[in-house]
Amino acid sequence: MMYLKVFLVGGLICVVGQLLILFTNLTSARILVAFVTAGVILTALGLYQPLVDWAGAGATVPLTGFGYSLANGVKEAVQEKGILGALTGGVSATAGGIAAAVTFGYLASVLFTPKTKS
Amino acid sequence: MMDKKRGKQSYVLPDKPRVTAWASMAGKKEAAGPLGATFDETFEDDTLGEKSWERAESKMLEHVVDMALSKAKIFADSVDLFLGGDLLNQIVSAGYTARSLGIPFLGLYGACSTMAESIMLGSMLIDGGFAHNAVCATCSHFSTAERQYRFPLELGSQRTPSAQWTVTGAGATLLTKDTTHPIAVEAATVGSVYDLKQTDANNMGAAMAPAAMMTLKAHLSDMGRKVSDYDLIVTGDLGHVGYDLMKILCEKEGICLDKRYIDCGCEVFDESQDVHAGGSGCGCSACCLNGWLYGRMLSGEVKRMLFMATGALMSPTMSQQGESIPSVAHAVSLEVV
Amino acid sequence: MRTLKQKKTPAQQEYDALVKQVSPKSEVPWSLVKAFVVGGLICCLGQAFNDLGEKVFMLDKKGVSAFTSMALIFLSALFTGLGVYDKLGQFAGAGSIVPITGFANSIVSPAMEFKREGFVLGVGAKMFVVAGPVLVYGITASVLYGVIYFIVQMIMGG
Repeated sequence: MMYLKVFLVGGLICVVGQLLILFTNLTSARILVAFVTAGVILTALGLYQPLVDWAGAGATVPLTGFGYSLANGVKEAVQEKGILGALTGGVSATAGGIAAAVTFGYLASVLFTPKTKS
Repeated sequence: MMDKKRGKQSYVLPDKPRVTAWASMAGKKEAAGPLGATFDETFEDDTLGEKSWERAESKMLEHVVDMALSKAKIFADSVDLFLGGDLLNQIVSAGYTARSLGIPFLGLYGACSTMAESIMLGSMLIDGGFAHNAVCATCSHFSTAERQYRFPLELGSQRTPSAQWTVTGAGATLLTKDTTHPIAVEAATVGSVYDLKQTDANNMGAAMAPAAMMTLKAHLSDMGRKVSDYDLIVTGDLGHVGYDLMKILCEKEGICLDKRYIDCGCEVFDESQDVHAGGSGCGCSACCLNGWLYGRMLSGEVKRMLFMATGALMSPTMSQQGESIPSVAHAVSLEVV
Repeated sequence: MRTLKQKKTPAQQEYDALVKQVSPKSEVPWSLVKAFVVGGLICCLGQAFNDLGEKVFMLDKKGVSAFTSMALIFLSALFTGLGVYDKLGQFAGAGSIVPITGFANSIVSPAMEFKREGFVLGVGAKMFVVAGPVLVYGITASVLYGVIYFIVQMIMGG
């Protein structure tokens, strides 16, 4: 049952992205920026948490979920450390993902060579 | 001295410089296309054993020039001029090729119009008595063009249906005064840059079609000719979208393009190859001309051909700054004499 | 797409209309289905990692979310390296761009592509060519939110 919810929500978020690609000519970089920013804003407004509670990875795996982690991290850090938390919270909460992307990206570039499309 | 200029932007070449030899080379995907058998050489490994695709592109260009010269049985040191260019920044493929050839070099940038531009200039220089012979060559490579103009190859983004596929290929034409050869360059039209404010870099055919129409219109009116004076009118790389637009635009100007009109971008791949709107790149018209099209002239099927290569003179920087895509088309009239 | 606000002449507008009419359209419904299915499946994979982290490795909530991100990013890097992810992207569009795997792909693909320009100015510098803006806007938005949240807390608390 959980997986159905995950599939539905995750799929629908991607459909929004696809609609943006089809009707606005946005490049993938712009789509990613739009989604992460939207995630931060929706979380700040308290709209994203219910979706995460309901659909789990369906809401956290899309890049809006990255924005959700950033915003949540900031909120918790501000509660603990005050204004300093506004600067430290977001990156601390997402450090794992960012460091993984950088490290694996570096490793992949050492190990693999891009192939021409055919 | 006889005035060689006709009308506003066209020129006749009374000495009729001859296309003496030609050579073409293309990659695996092009080899699998409808024109696969017409290329002199094709290759499976698109790095050609080099360390990078940029080096491979340069090697490809050098190789077609070598092939053309060896077909004409002459050495590089007896060639007066090398005219060429490509799509990379600072036209490095041509520059590095010129470094190894040692032929006096004029680098040209006309984006994908370079094949026509180089033949036009080469034949003018020969006709004007400034050179006895000239080798004109250009190339493009899918993988170098992708990184220059678009995204990294392994980035998972979708290609839009109007997008074209850069041809991995090169072509070289050797022009000489030697009148024993049957194919001659008899007239040429220098294109003006034209821009109908198209901004979609994924729809180059739409950006370039107006320039092709303007050059064709100028050529016909300057030379006092009709479409039916040609057996074949060829554009470089408008692709399927640009091909349709070109026909519509010409019809509006009262120029009726019928079956004699073809586009290299539409011919080089077939529908099953998932290339969306067709081929593009300097190499597209270069490898079609330097084999297939000259071959059709040699066989007598085509007596007179107007070869118009089209180029989009944009850069990613200007696109990011919101500029539209200016385009140019140059035309050379080739005939069997 | 940013464009200079250039007034188009009637001839240019007419040409725009013609281009629109002649250019092929994307198959909208089918491409949405593909994006939906692939995106949904990637999220399900993420849910499976969530369950694995929670039930097998007994991680706490933060641990689970970090574990899932890292696992998905690893897989994305691997499949990008093997030259599979770009094919998935051509098929699925936003279905494989929007999930965190798409973010990872946008870091790994330029890193690989620019290897030939060296490991510092090639790999190191170009790695963030697509993902950099994501971090810039994501982090800035979150800091802005933190500041607003702090001020609101102060007013409400004080």
